Amino acid sequence: MTTPSAPIVSMDVRHVGGGAAVVDIRGDVTATCEEPLMAAYEQASTGGTQRLVLNFTGLEYMNSSGIGMIVTLLVRANRQRQKLAAYGLTDHYRQIFELTRLDEAIGIFDTESAALAPASAS
Amino acid sequence: MSPAPDPERVVPLAEIELAVQEAEVPVVVAPRDAGHWAPNVTRLTVDADRAAVGFNVAGKRVTGPQQGFGRLWQRTYTTQLGSVVGPQRLISEWKAHFGEFWTKGNRFHGLLITPGEVAPIAVNTGAGLKLSTGVLVLYADDESFTFMTPEGHMFAGWITFSAFADAAGTAARIQVLIRPNDPIFELGWPVMKRMEDRFWMATLRNVAAHFGVLDAAVEERTVLVDKHRIWHNARNVWHNAGIRSVLHLLTAPVRAVRRRRLG
Repeated sequence: MTTPSAPIVSMDVRHVGGGAAVVDIRGDVTATCEEPLMAAYEQASTGGTQRLVLNFTGLEYMNSSGIGMIVTLLVRANRQRQKLAAYGLTDHYRQIFELTRLDEAIGIFDTESAALAPASAS
Repeated sequence: MSPAPDPERVVPLAEIELAVQEAEVPVVVAPRDAGHWAPNVTRLTVDADRAAVGFNVAGKRVTGPQQGFGRLWQRTYTTQLGSVVGPQRLISEWKAHFGEFWTKGNRFHGLLITPGEVAPIAVNTGAGLKLSTGVLVLYADDESFTFMTPEGHMFAGWITFSAFADAAGTAARIQVLIRPNDPIFELGWPVMKRMEDRFWMATLRNVAAHFGVLDAAVEERTVLVDKHRIWHNARNVWHNAGIRSVLHLLTAPVRAVRRRRLG
């Protein structure tokens, strides 16, 4: 872990209709990504978004601080009564979600369409 | 019909490389963090040598912040060590001497700070009772390591120990992201919060002293991440390590008799 510097991550938000938004995460999820992650959350939450989907297809690296960021995001989403889901996790990152038991709070799916399907997000 | 290949023939490297390319075998590159995370486990195991101190850990599941009961807190303790040590050496020494930096009366029964290690711990409650619980080394790299707590521990969540370079040199940091694990621990939070402050601040001072920095100032910052309690996790009280440590103490004579009978 290094002191927060320029994050090696990009987060693009897509509003896909039906009260849902997808955040495309590319790069490293560490302590340095707090600002872009929360900015992406704010942007994704505009317009009464009820379902928020994290696209991890471009995830290249994640440390324990990064998992902490996801928990903080989950708490914020729960507070706004938004459902949170994720897809695009490789087997490695899926196992980390299972180990940390984040998969019990965030629905994990194989594809974007499955994550966006009504009643799919946890 | 082509002649049969000669099994004695020495195949040139270029020919092997060409064959591999032509086979179009997909190259799977391991993630950069692959060796830093603990293997996925459902329940924790404690080796036989430490079974006596790991009775509240063996067979337990780990608990993340969303498996706890009380309010979710992020607490950060930071101290500056200046230029006496770099982040990587600091973490290397911290890992090697982890238990030695704890305050008197508390025991860390870990062997190595490596991903997947399960370490029983004994916490001095100050009431003449040692609370037995433990941690899983969830993550470890050159500049940080993280523990995850098991069912029954006072807190559900993660504790991250890290070092980083800043304008003042090298800083050491302990950051916890935790919920009290059950209603009893939630009730005890005001007391436990002070105990945590004393414990982690003293730990950081001991780390600093190890590198010759005496009476290091420790900065503490607390953020209430979630003020809501997770009521369906109230049943976590079944695993409460405090209650189970008392029961273990009270039943010690029974176990002693049983051991004697078994020879």
